Amino acid sequence: MMTHKALKTGGMGEWLLADTPDSAFQAWAGRAYLGLMAFMKNRLAVLGLLIIAILIIIAVLAPVIAPYDPVETNIGNRLQPLSFTHYFGTDEMGRDIFSRIVWGSRLTLYVIGLVAIIAAPVGILVGTVAGYFGGIIDTMLMRITDIFLAFPKLILALAFVSALGPGIENAIIAISITSWPPYARIARAETITIRNSDFIKAVKLQGASALRIIAGHIMPLCLPSLIIRVTLDMAGIILTAAGLGFLGLGAQPPSPEWGAMTSSGRTYIIDHWWLITMPGTAIFIVSLAFNLLGDGLREVLDPRSDN
Amino acid sequence: MIAVENLNVFFGHGQTRNHAVKDVGFTVEKGESFGLVGESGSGKSTVLNCISGLLTHWKGRIEIDGVRLMQTRNMAFCRKVQMVFQDPYGSLHPRHTIDRTLKEPVKIHRLGDANNRVARVLDDVGLGAKFRFRFPHQLSGGQRQRVAVARALILDPEIILLDEPTSALDVSIQAEVLNLLQDIRREKNLTYILVSHDLAVVSHMCNRLLVMNRGKTVETITRNQLKSGAISEKYTTQLLVAGKGYDRTAIDQFQDFR
Amino acid sequence: MTENTPLLTVNDLSVVFPSPKGEVCAVNNVSFSMGREKIGVVGESGSGKSLTGRAVLRLLPPYARVGASDITFKGRNLLSCSEKQMRKIRGMEISMVMQDPKYSLNPVRTVGEQIREAYTIHHKAGKKQARQKTLDMLKAVRIRNPEQVYGLYPHEVSGGMGQRIMIAMMLIPEPSLLIADEPTSALDVTVQLQVLAILDDLVGERGMGLIFISHDLALVSSFCDRVIIMYGGQIMEVVDAGNLHKSNHPYTKGLLSCLPKIDGTQDHLPTLVRDDVWLKPVPGRVNGEAAS
Repeated sequence: MMTHKALKTGGMGEWLLADTPDSAFQAWAGRAYLGLMAFMKNRLAVLGLLIIAILIIIAVLAPVIAPYDPVETNIGNRLQPLSFTHYFGTDEMGRDIFSRIVWGSRLTLYVIGLVAIIAAPVGILVGTVAGYFGGIIDTMLMRITDIFLAFPKLILALAFVSALGPGIENAIIAISITSWPPYARIARAETITIRNSDFIKAVKLQGASALRIIAGHIMPLCLPSLIIRVTLDMAGIILTAAGLGFLGLGAQPPSPEWGAMTSSGRTYIIDHWWLITMPGTAIFIVSLAFNLLGDGLREVLDPRSDN
Repeated sequence: MIAVENLNVFFGHGQTRNHAVKDVGFTVEKGESFGLVGESGSGKSTVLNCISGLLTHWKGRIEIDGVRLMQTRNMAFCRKVQMVFQDPYGSLHPRHTIDRTLKEPVKIHRLGDANNRVARVLDDVGLGAKFRFRFPHQLSGGQRQRVAVARALILDPEIILLDEPTSALDVSIQAEVLNLLQDIRREKNLTYILVSHDLAVVSHMCNRLLVMNRGKTVETITRNQLKSGAISEKYTTQLLVAGKGYDRTAIDQFQDFR
Repeated sequence: MTENTPLLTVNDLSVVFPSPKGEVCAVNNVSFSMGREKIGVVGESGSGKSLTGRAVLRLLPPYARVGASDITFKGRNLLSCSEKQMRKIRGMEISMVMQDPKYSLNPVRTVGEQIREAYTIHHKAGKKQARQKTLDMLKAVRIRNPEQVYGLYPHEVSGGMGQRIMIAMMLIPEPSLLIADEPTSALDVTVQLQVLAILDDLVGERGMGLIFISHDLALVSSFCDRVIIMYGGQIMEVVDAGNLHKSNHPYTKGLLSCLPKIDGTQDHLPTLVRDDVWLKPVPGRVNGEAAS
């Protein structure tokens, strides 16, 4: 009731910035609104977010946007330059490159989405548990983390894919396995600074279990730096996926994966530049967008800039 | 109600081992407010942390209601003993609303009726409903400390441990929080142990106090002794003089007590 | 105050910060003037006492807007000084001691080196001479074994010692005004008084002016000659320290009465009732008292 009244009389802005919120929802909304305002001030980050939003729209509407079937070959129409019928030209099998890039955005989102869903929770769980309990648990978990960190990411992913067999799902698993250790490190460092603060002591004295403290009190404070790191890592994940695709260990032909496209286009780089340039540019723009977004999020979410 | 005997605490190992609390003992009656006074490094907060169970590697005997406490504490202990911390900025979770902070203990102990309990306890500390859904950063230092008191009260404890509850606050706010603490103690017949470096605050709140220096007990005195100046220990006298403000001749006579 | 030429005169100083909810005037029309004396600035958090000290030295972040009709130090107009001239004045003419020495000292260099550097920046002197000067200064702040302390790193000294080192470092260029912002609030009471005694002696010997910024009214009134009481960015009143207890201003009276006293009762402490009337600028009263 109260919230409705506030909405009508004071308008949205006043409701969001109210000093005395009437509900937990309003309090969170106000907080999110202030964060959004701060984020909007960073033009480049907004640009990054915009590019990612466009990418998502393209992926969702791929069947509508793409003029041709991405995998249908037409040998008679191969290696056509840029024109109004084929915006980005055609490749060595006569497939429309624009359509392939549009459909390829789905694969890209699929890869980064799944990697984030797998790697980030594993990282935060390992990190907070190790940081909170310390001692032998910490030592064991962190040494395992160190083993994963000791190998270069792409080499380790290569080894896993070779063992599991090539394919996009295996590429995702391989990238996830190699991405979580840095997240665990970050979460552990944050946890160690948080676990001795008075508000954790207070909830301990109230008899809260370790699980409750980690999940309800420590993890929410580790999330911001983790979200920033994951966003900044997205670029690297895209590049690793593209790299695996390029080496023939990721998505298999004829699926329109951007990395695989650059790989198959490299033999034609001198005479038919668009084969490699178009997917390469797509990789570049999306990676850049994630980096810009990550930088913007850092300014908004970083707990150290909280006042 | 509370009895502490031969309490010893060591920090560190080998060469860097530090005997932080040496054979400290005292008793507190039910409904009493007992003060622990000392300068930094005197071990006064360490004693409090042993009683609360935040520190586990102590030796000695701590009894509450005649029951000897072990190193680990159970849920019933949590309902009986609560604590208020010094820094109002560090003792509230920065991303939880006041409502969530206060509901947490109710949920942990499955007491039910969380909404009414929160409303009642906010009333008890003089904050009222309009603060309920704010974040800590939207409150002043004094308001945060009231929330910390409310959090300690929501489980209806019998003992509250106060670790320098007002030393981070402005004097006018300190007066308000001290008044609140006294009202609540009288109303609910609570037992307090108050740790402070400020003799005036302790003498305002407590009838008996223990003076500590470098982990050792200096003496246990009553408020009346403090008022009349009937103090035998030089260390306490020096603390008393120092609390009265800047006096050039008195300062030259200060000693370093070991 | 019988001096004819004041050491520092500040007129109509104000500091404004931008914020999402409009501009915040953190210091508003502050005017005072002081000679070679100990003047205390007292107020609660948010009263603008620290900002006043920093604004004089131009040590505020660039987004803060500082305005004043006059800031004169030893006859020089600080408002017209360039940043380069200000840098020379800071340290050499006006020094500042902050609350926590841990943040003011460089953690990877010995304290001796840092004090010596503070001396050589402002004085042409050989290494040996500067070292001797540093050791003398450490002795002056009553450090018993200056040779040993010279080689210590900031984390190896205690809080009281650290603050003495800060004072040594700030006084070695022989400034004529020292601004001390809560210099002893982080220390135990006895150590606090010992550090203040050192400060008192040095300021007296050298005939310096001292602006002592603190929240502790009782301490300031026993330590300083005059007290400026600030509230909400404005000066409430300026009183001689000895007459503080006779003050008629409701804010000063409120601050004094809400302190618990050892010989008091255990009844409710009187609480301070804030009154917006205090904040209405009353021209004449504030300026008149400050110029006395």
